[in-house]
Amino acid sequence: MTRNILAPLTLGLVLLFLIGPFIIIVAASFSAGETLAFPPQGFSFKWIAKVFTVESFRQSFGTSLFLAIGGTLAALILGIPAAYAMSRYRLPGAETVRFMVSLPIVVPGIVVGLALLRYFVIPAGVPILLALFLAHTALILPYAVRVVSASLANLRSDMEEAAVILGASRIGAFVRVVLPNIRGGILAAFILGFVTSFNQVPVSLFLSGPGVRTLPIDMLGYMEIVFDPSIAALSSLLAFLSIGIVLLAERFLGFSRYV
Amino acid sequence: MSFLRLDGLTLAYGKTPAVEGLNLDIHRGELIALLGPSGCGKTTTMRAIAGLMPVRAGQITLDGRDITRVAANRREVGLVFQSYALFPHLTVFENVAFGLRLKGMSGKALEDKVMAAIASVGLTPFAQRKTPDMSGGQQQRVALARSMVMEPKVLMLDEPLSNLDARLRLEMRTELQRVQKKTGLTMIFVTHDQIEALALADRIVVMRNGAIEQIGTPEDIYNRPESAFVADFVGFETIFALKDGAMVTKGEPVPVPDAPAGAAALAWRPRAVTFGEGRFEGTVLSSSFAGSAREYLLDTPLGPVKAEVDAALPAHDLGATVRFDLPVATAAALRRAE
Repeated sequence: MTRNILAPLTLGLVLLFLIGPFIIIVAASFSAGETLAFPPQGFSFKWIAKVFTVESFRQSFGTSLFLAIGGTLAALILGIPAAYAMSRYRLPGAETVRFMVSLPIVVPGIVVGLALLRYFVIPAGVPILLALFLAHTALILPYAVRVVSASLANLRSDMEEAAVILGASRIGAFVRVVLPNIRGGILAAFILGFVTSFNQVPVSLFLSGPGVRTLPIDMLGYMEIVFDPSIAALSSLLAFLSIGIVLLAERFLGFSRYV
Repeated sequence: MSFLRLDGLTLAYGKTPAVEGLNLDIHRGELIALLGPSGCGKTTTMRAIAGLMPVRAGQITLDGRDITRVAANRREVGLVFQSYALFPHLTVFENVAFGLRLKGMSGKALEDKVMAAIASVGLTPFAQRKTPDMSGGQQQRVALARSMVMEPKVLMLDEPLSNLDARLRLEMRTELQRVQKKTGLTMIFVTHDQIEALALADRIVVMRNGAIEQIGTPEDIYNRPESAFVADFVGFETIFALKDGAMVTKGEPVPVPDAPAGAAALAWRPRAVTFGEGRFEGTVLSSSFAGSAREYLLDTPLGPVKAEVDAALPAHDLGATVRFDLPVATAAALRRAE
């Protein structure tokens, strides 16, 4: 009997632990009070509305969006050919490349951020936005290579040979036969990269500078000065945006196959 | 004048040689089978003709043109892959239209040609179907139409029947013969199954370890194998080498005064072994019933001997002693004992 209660109880506690903070934040964002508090005082949309009026949020949202889209596209442009080459040709050092490409996942972001700042950005005088762009590209690249590799592994190479015999060039065969068949993997990689970049904190923390900040860094800064529920409102909005993207991806692509 | 000529063709995977100095002449309109066990170089040779495999040495000439260094997409050859290699994101129509579109064909002309090709393999109702939804036999027909529509000078097929069940296999065999007779296309197919090769081909090229073992008509290969390897491949199960006018056996040499001149070995099909009487004696190791016939494996002082007899005759038990003979008259004389 105890057993039958224990399992759902454990599950319930774990879920509460995972979802609890999220529920608190969402509830707090509809508060009518002046400070970030739970349970919320009253109900209003005023903090949600306020988020859109804060100039720095608008700016850093733009920066984050640019980094997430630009960085992911750049990572895909580099990652797709890399994944293709590693899956189709027996290259010397392919294992090393595979390992190096996954390093940014393993190494703590704080170390990557510090190292980039101290030994790359400052000595080379790299502009802030460019530094952020390069760092985000490097952070997303492992995901791009991995996810695209997974979908390439399911694609037989004789299809490309068939295309070549029918008159296609090597590149033509890639564009006409390979790309359409790994479309799902590329989209999955894009979404994963986008979300990774958008939620990135430690590396961005080191590389953000005067005037150029990503949204999470801007939120950290804002919270140090102002303690109103708008930060909860913004967090909720971002969370729902992420959930929406992932749900759409799952619905149309079977996203979970690739991750 | 040969239509497709392989001259001293040498191929390798890295440092591993795959085909060594292969010479072959194929005539226009011929249906050729490359026959051999896996790893004999038959598929590699086919890939080299298609341009998917770099040539180390030698020359490939097709219709008077040296294509040794010509890129695969300019060779005017067709290849039906063993896996069919259809494009899963395209419909049957678009699969077949793929090559023609690359050639710049479009509109009504394209549609007519593609639909004619699809009709020729009996798939008209499926033209708008995506290929992964189709059965293996249908997919193969799509692959065949996709290659045929390009009007290649040579059409090659990699193990065309091996992925099909028995009924479809027979159907496809007939289909390939019909297509070949109708179009007069030069065709090469690769197979490890001698029955397929015998049934389909005008000429069979038996390959072994990257070299040609024997070239001949199905009758030649089946009835007059030149080597022990070919003989074994086409069902001569009992083979003894000849040395100084005697058969080399597991036990004592057996003199064969009437052996044909120049023979290096003698080979018997199970059918050709005289069973129930003769000079030798053996014990029944195993017996298997195969409908009209019964097959015995005999343990004999000469070595193992396989014999086939009419199933209507009374069966022998395992361990029974039976007499048998290996008449020179029913043996095939091999020129090479290996």
